[in-house]
Amino acid sequence: MTPALIKPKPRNPVSALRLPTLPPPARSRSALRLTAAAAEGRLELQHCADCGTVQYPSRSACVTCLSHRLEWRETNGAGELISGTVLHHSNELYYRERVPLRLGTVRLDAGPALLVHLQGDCAAAPSRVRVSAHLDKSGQAVLIALPAEDTANMADDPMLREMTSDPKFRKVLVTDGKPAVGQAVAMAMVEAGADIVWVGVAEPWKQAPGFDALTKLKQIEIVPLDVTDEKSVEELAGVIGGKVDILINTAEFHRTHTVVDRGTETARAEMEVNYLGLLRLAQAFGPAMRVRAAEGSAPATAWVNLLSIHALSALPSHGTFSATKAAAFALSQNLRAEMRHAGIRVVNVFPGPIDDEWNQLVPPPKLAPVALAEAIVAALRDGIEDVYPGDVAQDIVTRFRESAKVLERELWDQ
Amino acid sequence: MSAALLSELAGALAAGGVRVVDLSQTLSSRFPQIVLPPEFDQCAPFRVEEISRYDERGPGWYWNNLSFGEHTGTHFDAPVHWISGRDLPNNTTDTMPPASFIAPACVIDCSAESARDADFLLTAEHLRAWENRHGKVPAGAWVLMRSDWSKRSDPVAYQNFDETGQHTPGPDARAVRFLVEERDVLGFGTETIGTDAGQAAQFRPPYPCHTFMHGAGRYGLQCLANLDLLPPTGAVLIAAPLKILRGSGSPVRALALATD
Repeated sequence: MTPALIKPKPRNPVSALRLPTLPPPARSRSALRLTAAAAEGRLELQHCADCGTVQYPSRSACVTCLSHRLEWRETNGAGELISGTVLHHSNELYYRERVPLRLGTVRLDAGPALLVHLQGDCAAAPSRVRVSAHLDKSGQAVLIALPAEDTANMADDPMLREMTSDPKFRKVLVTDGKPAVGQAVAMAMVEAGADIVWVGVAEPWKQAPGFDALTKLKQIEIVPLDVTDEKSVEELAGVIGGKVDILINTAEFHRTHTVVDRGTETARAEMEVNYLGLLRLAQAFGPAMRVRAAEGSAPATAWVNLLSIHALSALPSHGTFSATKAAAFALSQNLRAEMRHAGIRVVNVFPGPIDDEWNQLVPPPKLAPVALAEAIVAALRDGIEDVYPGDVAQDIVTRFRESAKVLERELWDQ
Repeated sequence: MSAALLSELAGALAAGGVRVVDLSQTLSSRFPQIVLPPEFDQCAPFRVEEISRYDERGPGWYWNNLSFGEHTGTHFDAPVHWISGRDLPNNTTDTMPPASFIAPACVIDCSAESARDADFLLTAEHLRAWENRHGKVPAGAWVLMRSDWSKRSDPVAYQNFDETGQHTPGPDARAVRFLVEERDVLGFGTETIGTDAGQAAQFRPPYPCHTFMHGAGRYGLQCLANLDLLPPTGAVLIAAPLKILRGSGSPVRALALATD
């Protein structure tokens, strides 16, 4: 059974820092579809639309009937481990640092045989396992087999932990802890076992209901942080930048402002927080997190951005807000590309309307801040990269993928 | 007027017989800005971002870009700031007569009262009592309300918000009307974040100092500091707003000349 993770000791300050290395990142265009599904936590494989064969690895034609009508569909990962081995040597720098590694071949009940990592609790072949797709440190999908039934401390397996960002024992920065969402996220991090949760506070003279209770928790440390202020961001990074394992950017400015409503002040304020705030955080905290991404005992691991489902398709009644979230989404994609060299996971969260004071006139269903916080914890634990929490977000992302133009029209009157 | 007067002043400044007192707060992102209810557009806070600092962005020089609202830091309110002063002549930062940027100052010490009661209101009775001790407020003078509020270095204490809003001292409506109508003052200055009291939105009329001062073409100064270093009378205040085209106000480096 996987030994329970113990709280990591602080790094020995005189030993050399272990620098980030990556597992091989190259994938074919076709194989990137496995990555696309894994980014949302699904195992998808190629299914032949003509003969029903499920195949792996991906190819341009069906291995049974040569049809090119291949569809990527969610696939049940249940199967049998038919052989296992332990890797003791590798020429890849990344694997050299992580051997011995358990690898195996699993015959899925759906048909194909897969080469997989083996979670440590998998019984020797032959045994029943569940295969799931995860993003590895290079941000590409790999397959890992888990025991058929959950085991105690399963998530503490070293290879699984490489692929995920469980907050347990980690040091987390929540960039704006005052609003309901920030409070809920900070609380969820404490409940998920985070070692320290730094909670940023801007404009300290503004009081927020419920905030005092949060400040009394021993894991919580309130820090001054105003993402609209370069100095404030730099000063905090100067103090804790070398310690943050997970950064969760909850800072958000949201007013109901349409494009033709007079004035640019609201739009500018939204941009200052939602777009430039993220940029300032990335410049101040990104480099130190990248360097620490492979630190032995407690590496930096993830960066979470609170976006909006309307980053994908704008909501005209919240026009300027949507625009800033679209800008932040583009920035976040670029941040992900830059953080990948270190294996830092950039998680984008795309909620529908949140049940807060800035969506008062939006009819339900609205996403409760607590539900949003739970979705963030789940994404970190499962190693998911793109999160669409709640019914509205799920509905909109589905429609967006069916037809972005149809969705654009349908959002006009919402 | 002889040129000797200015030479004498220059000599006194150099010799220290005339002190220059800095009445300005340091402009920084730490210094709080005015907060309006969120349904209104807000004054941008003071922000400074580096252009370069002897680095790859500019190897031999250091400079910054600034952004701020007209009403940030120690700042000047022009008459056009308030709707009551919107149609007056010479009511903007670029058209106000420069001679009015240098004027005598009367300092009303309300520090003890403000320490006892954050909602302290300066009344016409207080002003008359002050005049009994220090003489009549001259026409064309600044009246500065000393509350020692500028010594609150913690922004939370400086803003002093609770769920009913801000609690900071200021003048009541009659005091303002007395100064405008019976004393013909140049303007009113405070150490707090507005020339009106924190609760002035509830007054009748709301924001009496803004309403009556600016309605009569008079000025405002707020977020002043070091008023405790000034004598009750005899100081000369120098506060020149930036010459912003049709500006409603501006941060200023407010200075006072005082003799010992």
